[in-house]
This record gives sequence, C-alpha cells and structure tokens, in this order.
Amino acid sequence: MKKNLLGTLGVLSLTGALLAPSVAMAQAQTEVQFWHAFTGRLGELVAEQVADFNASQNDYVVVASHKGNYTETLNAGIAAFRADEQPHILMVFEVGTATMMTAGGAVKPVYEVMAESGASFDPDAYIGAVKGYYTTTEGEMLSLPFNSSTPVLWVNRDAMSAAGVDPDTDLSTWEQVDVVLEQLKAGGASCPLVTAWQSWIHLENLSAYHDVPFASKSNGFAGLDTELMINGEAQLAHLSKMGEWARDGKFIYTGRRNEGGANFRSGECVLFTESSAGYAGISDEAEFDFEVRPLPYWKALVDSPQNTIIGGASLWVMSGHEDDEYKGVAEFLSFLSTSDVQAAWHQNTGYLPITAEAGEATRASGFYDENPGTDIALIQMTSKKPTANSKGLRLGFFDQIRGVIDEELEAIWAGDKSAKEAMDSAKTRGDALLRRFETANR
Amino acid sequence: MEKRVTFRGWGLPFFLIAPQIIVTVVFFFYPAIQALWQSLFIPDPFGLSSQFVGLGNFIFLLNDEFYAASFLTTAVFSTLVTVCTMVPALFLAVVADRLIKGSGTYRTLLIWPYAVAPAVAGVLWLFMFNTRVGLVSWYLGQIGYDWNHVLNGGEAMGLVVVASAWGRISYNFLFFFAALQAVPRSVIEAAAIDGARFWRRFFTIVLPLLSPITFFLLVVNIVYSFFETFGVIHTITAGGPQQSTTILVYKVFSDGFVGQDLGSSSAQSVILLVIVGLLTVIQFKYIEKRVHY
Repeated sequence: MKKNLLGTLGVLSLTGALLAPSVAMAQAQTEVQFWHAFTGRLGELVAEQVADFNASQNDYVVVASHKGNYTETLNAGIAAFRADEQPHILMVFEVGTATMMTAGGAVKPVYEVMAESGASFDPDAYIGAVKGYYTTTEGEMLSLPFNSSTPVLWVNRDAMSAAGVDPDTDLSTWEQVDVVLEQLKAGGASCPLVTAWQSWIHLENLSAYHDVPFASKSNGFAGLDTELMINGEAQLAHLSKMGEWARDGKFIYTGRRNEGGANFRSGECVLFTESSAGYAGISDEAEFDFEVRPLPYWKALVDSPQNTIIGGASLWVMSGHEDDEYKGVAEFLSFLSTSDVQAAWHQNTGYLPITAEAGEATRASGFYDENPGTDIALIQMTSKKPTANSKGLRLGFFDQIRGVIDEELEAIWAGDKSAKEAMDSAKTRGDALLRRFETANR
Repeated sequence: MEKRVTFRGWGLPFFLIAPQIIVTVVFFFYPAIQALWQSLFIPDPFGLSSQFVGLGNFIFLLNDEFYAASFLTTAVFSTLVTVCTMVPALFLAVVADRLIKGSGTYRTLLIWPYAVAPAVAGVLWLFMFNTRVGLVSWYLGQIGYDWNHVLNGGEAMGLVVVASAWGRISYNFLFFFAALQAVPRSVIEAAAIDGARFWRRFFTIVLPLLSPITFFLLVVNIVYSFFETFGVIHTITAGGPQQSTTILVYKVFSDGFVGQDLGSSSAQSVILLVIVGLLTVIQFKYIEKRVHY
C-alpha cells in the first residue's frame, strides 16, 4: 500500500517535470480571458474563432469560457468584478447595454482600448445600424458588436400549399398577413402564426420599423430621464390586432423566449416571426420548404418601413487589467472584425456581418444567390438611414422592463386586458423602474 | 430531584458550541445584516456607487400592487403545496402501514421521488404537460380539454403545485409512516374491541397521536414551499403567465439576479425574513398548544 502510494507520487512528480516546460512556454504568452454565452453550434463557432486567433500569432492566448445564458453571463461578469476577478472581455446582450454604459469605472470603452494599443481601428467600417446601438451620441464606440440579428418573417411554404394558400402570396404588410391568416385558418392550419421574443419583435422593432418612439429622449440615448412611449397609436393598433388573432386561434402563443421555434421547425406553424439568426437551426432541422421574408409592416401607418433594430450581444472590455493584456484584447477584437472572420460568421449563423466589407465579400462569393433570403436581414437594417426612433434602445433595468412587457402582453393574448389597458399598465410599471435606474446612477 | 450536568468554567462549553455559532453567524447573521443594510440603498450593479434612499425601497415595494399580489400568490401556493403534500403522504402511510406483505417494497418505491432534485422534477412535469408535445396535455386534448398553462394562470399554478408537492410526498410519507409504527397497538385493539371502525379509530386515536409529527411537517413544508420550490417555478413557468406563479422568493431572484435591482431585492429578502419569522412564531405559539406530545 505504502509502496503504491510512493510509486504514484513518483509518477506524478515525473509528469510534473515533463509538463513544466510547456507550462513555462504558455506563461510567456499573455492570457486574455473571454466570457461568452454560447452553446451548441454557436459555441463551436466561437471556439473556432478563438483557436484561429491563437494560432495566428504567438504573443497572446485567448481563453474562452462559457458562463451560461445571456443573463447568467452578465451576472457572472458583475459578480467577478465585485470580487476583482473580472475577465478581460465579457459578452453582454443588447438589453444589458445601458447597465454596462452607466458602469463607468467597470468598463474600458473599446475606442479607448483600440487607441491605446495602436491597433488599426476604423469605426466607419462598421455598419451604422449595428454599431449605433453600442456607440455614444458623440460617436465613440463603447463595445464591439459581436452577434447581431434582426427579426424577419419565416414562411413554411409546404404548409401554405397544404392550407390551400399560394406560397408566393405577398406577405410584405400586416394587412396582407391578416388576409392570409384568415385563409390559413379556413384551410385547417392549426398554428397559422407563432412568434419568438414578443417584446423585441412586436414592440421594440415594431416601433423602430414604423419610425415611432419606444421611449422618450431618443429611446433613452439622450438621457436617463426617459419614459416609455409604448402605448402610442401604432403599438396599440398592432397589439389589438395580435390580440384578435390570438383569440381566433390564428396566432398561437408559446412563451416568452423562442419556444415557438420548435413548433415552426417541426412543421406545425406556417408563419414565424423570429430573428434572422434562426437560420442555423431552421436550415438544420426543417424538413419542409422554407423561405425568409422581410418583417411585415402596416401599410396604414407608413408608406415604406424604416429600418429594424438589432438584438444580440456585444463584447465589453472590463477595466482593471494590465496594459499589455489590453494590447492582446485589441488584437483579438481587430481579428474578429476582419472581413474573412465576419463573412464566415454571417454565413454560418444568419447573424449580421458587423462590417460593410464582410457583407460585400459575402455577396461577391455568391452566397446570397445560393441561399436566397439570407441577405434580407441586412437589407432591412441598412436600406434607410436610422432615425432617432430606429437607432436602438438604451434603457436601464431593461431586462426587467421586458419582463413587465411580457406579462402585460400575456394579458392581451389571454383576453384579460385590452391592448390599451395592458400597455398603459406596462408604461406605468416600466417608468417606475426607469426612475429607480436613474436614482441608482445619479 | 433535578439531574443536571454542569461545566466548570466557560472555555469548554464555548468550544463545543462554537461550530454551530460560527456557521450561524457566517451563513445567517452576516448575510441577513448585509441584506438589511443594502435594503436602505439603491446600488448600481457593479458596486461602484450607491444612493442612500432610507426606506425608499420598502415604500416602492408597498406601493407596487404586483408585490402585494405576490403575497397572495405565495399564500395560495404554499397552502396548496402543504395540503397536497401532507394529505396524500398521510393516506399512503396509513395504507402502507396496514400492509402485511411487501410493505418494504412499497416503502422503498414511495421514497424514490425524494431523490429527484426540484429543478429536474420541474422539467419532467413540464415535459408531460407541454402544451404542444406533452403526453398528458395530449390526452387531455383527446377528451376535449385544451390545456394551456402558458396562458392560463390557474393551470400554471396547478402545475407548479403538483410538481413541487410530488417529490415532497415521499419525505412526508417517511415521517408519517415511522410515527404510525410508534402508535401503541394495544390502544387501537382496545378501541376495536369497543366496536370502533377503522376510520373512527383513525380520527379519534391515531390522528391525535400523530399531532407532534404533523405539526413538525407543517412547519417544514411551509418553509419548503416558501424557499425550496424555486427550482420548480424557474424551470416550469419562470413566474408567468403574467405574474400568476411569481411567489415572493422568485421575485427576489428575478429582481435581484435577472434585473440587477439589488436594492429592491434586498428589501424583499428583509420582508421575507420577517414573514417567515412571524409565521414560525405564530405556529409555535398557537398551533403547538394543541399538539399532544
């Protein structure tokens, strides 16, 4: 027994000695910690990007760690900062943007990291509608857009035909969709319309798309003393109609997140409003003929729609690290922004490219011709110059406000409240949260 | 004559109770005092700055009608969970107690669900009642009942109650079963000779003799339904639809760890602390008097 133990110890120390040189070599490289929220296919793609970067040079090693879903990743970053153990790069979803922006001492703005490191950095190379979400009103980029998507309409063409509707029917306006939903219902479809991320698509994007404010003070960009304006005419008209569809069994509610994706991919639902990044999953699983269409708009409200806004996450650089580590961060961020990396990311995931160059490279490669509809998200985002209403949203406690909106929307779908009652209540409750955020950051 | 062992000096007794005291101070008093202190501020998430607001957080909560609604939800939820746990557990224990053959097997099988973690139990029940692919909801659809806990608050509440109570029945069963075995056979036989039927014997003799264990389980189950059902609610409904399953402890979590509103979250924990304290005092002061040991 004792002999065995000694033997084991001997082997261990031997292994230690053998390993020592490689450990020493690794230490010569500066380590950059990168915390993200991706699993599955997306997780693999991120790991690939990191491995490519590590292989491309010898000075820095990026160590990527998965920290749970978006909310959990943000929490992990915050807890780590409080314990002085923060990573260099933290992935934060768009809803957490205001939280990060007001955390002045906790983050190091990307434009500053880039300027100090001397890495080549041209903020104008990034697509306006994408970077706008993460840029100050003075034009300083605070975080690097990483994965950005925008909502589109997914169509199950086989199910359209099965219900006796021509799959090429025009679905560009909600008025048209209304007619089609009636036909689908009559044709025996059990789930004519389903959605993911209801607040993001049917309120936040609806507002931007119709160029009406979601909140005052340029949707919160111009100050913390912002108030919700979600009970406006356009929003109420849309939600009332959705409520009607819900009661008539034309719109099926499946949950607050993207639960509806399963129903669409299984072929049960005909129309699906979901992020363009649904592409990876749908193209993988759907055993029917599907198609991407632009998000519909209300003809009665606007002649042609404004742009939609993004969802997704950006990379924030945390403060409190050494200068040479920030150099590594800058190198990595520059690497991620290169046209090749971006084009591959865009084509694999359905997320938007963050630079115009990557979009052009994708077009030149013929990808859009081979995969029709994959450019719709990009066109929808970039066809018009963003206005104050369509640049994005910057609201404190936004995750909670979305929760409030989700609850109130459920009241509409269940028929417990009218659209007006629900949105008035959501505004009152959301404004109370905004005031608390204002107090916390005074 | 009283028999009492006394220590000479203070050193040894202090040393002996020190582990308990240290654990309580580190894991209970320290966080509780922190929560109390933090509830007076609205801090930013990163802990860089915080605004003193006095009782502002409490005033904000008390003016929030949804917070008031959460009290009612919690009361309904914990009552239902407690009843749905104790009644079936007692019934199963009584039935298992009457078995002559194979009671060991039944006992073992009945204890199994206790080994399933609440979050896992939640996912299992969610699968069965999934509005689109769930087995149970499909059968319900066959008999003409349209199950939709995603929009129907009552159904959502029913589902989280059943999922929370299910695993807990085992734990209660175990205690009831042990207590039943301790009921003196001679008393029951005497009653049987006097002509009392089974249920009469049960209600007039067995149940009163079970009262200490029933009381203990009542306290433990209420505390369970207040705090430990978090995993079930998180996996099944996340507090929805609307706020129909947002119990107090879930609101502490969602405001604090999802919403980053640590001030409000701390104030809620303080309120929760006070409520549980009060409940325990009430239970021991009034209900315990009716318990015969």
